[in-house]
Amino acid sequence: MDYIDPHIHMVSRTTDDYATLARMGCVAMSEPAFWAGYDRGSADGFRDYFRQLTDVEPKRAAQYGIQHFTWLCINAKEAENVSLSRDVIAMIPEFLDSPNVLGIGEIGLNKNTKNEATIFLEHLDLAAKFEQLILIHTPHLADKYQGTRMILDMLCDDSRLDPSRVLVDHVEEHTIGEVLDRGFWAGMTLYPVTKCTPERAADMIERYDGERLLANSAGDWGPSKPTAVPDLIFEMRRRGHRESLIRKVVYENPIEFFSQSKNFRFQPRGAGEVQSDS
Amino acid sequence: MNRNADLILDESFLDVRAKLLEVAATLDRIDRAAQDHAGLSADQKDRRGQIDAAIEICASSDGADRAARLQHLFSRPFQSDWRSTMQL
Repeated sequence: MDYIDPHIHMVSRTTDDYATLARMGCVAMSEPAFWAGYDRGSADGFRDYFRQLTDVEPKRAAQYGIQHFTWLCINAKEAENVSLSRDVIAMIPEFLDSPNVLGIGEIGLNKNTKNEATIFLEHLDLAAKFEQLILIHTPHLADKYQGTRMILDMLCDDSRLDPSRVLVDHVEEHTIGEVLDRGFWAGMTLYPVTKCTPERAADMIERYDGERLLANSAGDWGPSKPTAVPDLIFEMRRRGHRESLIRKVVYENPIEFFSQSKNFRFQPRGAGEVQSDS
Repeated sequence: MNRNADLILDESFLDVRAKLLEVAATLDRIDRAAQDHAGLSADQKDRRGQIDAAIEICASSDGADRAARLQHLFSRPFQSDWRSTMQL
């Protein structure tokens, strides 16, 4: 089945992973800006990273027939450095017209601090001013519930933001209901140990019916599995779910959400093929 | 989709059994080490208590929201006054 991974950090992955993903049915992906595993020292470091996201990765993906889209921001971990964060936010508009940029992300909170919240609000302002989609990172483990509630409060306080243009990622059993109830899209991250297994994601799809729900691998430089979305497809098939429901979650929902960006010019596999009798 | 409870239990039984054995063996390992050494520190006793509370939730028979209740058990409680605390 063709599928789209809406959240995967390919700068951390090998070219072999692109080949494997293509063989597993991945036809498109979106890559949010994130933490590199160390705090970068200058805005120029981010400028180089954004060039990688907007220029290098699309070419690397295209070699395997995968369309690559991206999101720009300074992540919540580095948002503790407010001065650097403001320099990066000021530079982001340089890249917003790049053909694969879908919006601002993954922004959010990490340890739910005042500095993180300050920079999160400034990212929201940037997204509103430039009419960008938003992709949200919610915190890990014990901080997730508080951080998710704070993020939803800040999003709902800004009347310029339309919840249907915001994807809140890394939802789990205790946060998914409120995200969907408030009108946002929800992303389930299939990630070993700290997030969600394919089995639990399938449970959430059964409880919430797949509407405004996406599934991603968040494959990155840490323990993660870039082929986790096919694992979810397999689990749903094993349980006897309709192909139409599976396709909705892993293919149609990402297309519906991303299509709100003028830069999402997606070419389905086989589009433009000429019928031949030979 | 038409999967009844018998079928789900049947296909899940060995997996759940294995996970419960892992939990039991881990708790045994912790207890053996605690007997050999000075026991658990205060912080770790709190975490050990969380595990006991989680096992109680799993064993409870009310509702079908054990996973969400476990998530809340392992979460810091929501502070609704975060805006005034942070002066935001």
